[in-house]
Amino acid sequence: MTDTSAFPDLLKARFGEAIESSYVDAACTFVVVRRDTIVPAGRFLRDEHGFDLLADLTCIDWLERVPRFDVVYNLYSIANRTRLFIKAPVPVEDPAIDSMTPVWKSANWFEREVWDMYGLRFTGHPDLRRILMYDEFQGHPLRKDYAINERQPLIPENLPPGDRIPV
Amino acid sequence: MGIENAFGDSFISTRLNEAINWARKWSLYPMPFGTACCAIEFMATVGSHYDMARFGAEVVRFSPRQSDLLIVAGTVSEKMAPVLKRIYDQMCEPKWVISMGACASSGGFYDNYATVQGIDRIIPVDVYVAGCPPRPEAVLTALIKIQEKIDSKQAPAAQTA
Repeated sequence: MTDTSAFPDLLKARFGEAIESSYVDAACTFVVVRRDTIVPAGRFLRDEHGFDLLADLTCIDWLERVPRFDVVYNLYSIANRTRLFIKAPVPVEDPAIDSMTPVWKSANWFEREVWDMYGLRFTGHPDLRRILMYDEFQGHPLRKDYAINERQPLIPENLPPGDRIPV
Repeated sequence: MGIENAFGDSFISTRLNEAINWARKWSLYPMPFGTACCAIEFMATVGSHYDMARFGAEVVRFSPRQSDLLIVAGTVSEKMAPVLKRIYDQMCEPKWVISMGACASSGGFYDNYATVQGIDRIIPVDVYVAGCPPRPEAVLTALIKIQEKIDSKQAPAAQTA
């Protein structure tokens, strides 16, 4: 993998204040970007630095941290063999961020998954529906405050939830 | 009985139930409901090495209306539960159900928002198979258990539930 240590400064030179911080973990560079700048930053990295692949887009729920969520973009440049992570913090009071679909089409289903599991809205997404859970499902199961034993069966079940062995 | 005296070795007499059950137990039509790695193990059971055909149950078809043995092999999610229930309802009686592996029997280690904690919450089960996944021998044992159940006077779980 090529050296990625220059990217925080490159992004700072271009976006200034909107680049909040950066760090290295597990031999990967992470850049924290203000959420209103995440799409321009993505477009900049794609067009100027060859990050042609959005390999993954996911979310972290820190529960007690303010802001509560991080949206994580895992970028890869196939030609340069370079991987870079950019992250955008999102508060729980306004769980929304601009959709990355205009930059990478692969963001479409990733963002649907994050909406389904964490309840973050992606502004400008072409079709923001649940992707894994059924339409009847209430809430977002990977949020840390979703009760660990809560079940939402679609059809009646014989045993009461939580009762594993019939007595 | 008189009829054997008259026709010699050409006939044997039995009770109709037993003749039908004998035919049933050697011609089970399995309907696999394979959702996970248990289904791969089930394929091995049907394959030439373990050869479920030896027990007359080789005609595995995704065709519930023609089947009398439902083999649930794998994790059943809450989203799939109505599908499993409908497939079970489509099968004609008498019908039997094998719950293959930890997930189908109890949810396995998927104790979470997405997984049914055992298919017996949705449909009646005749035989549970332990294992993650069970070895083909265990699946064959389950099949033999079903055969024994057919032979006995026990009703299928479908009729007692």
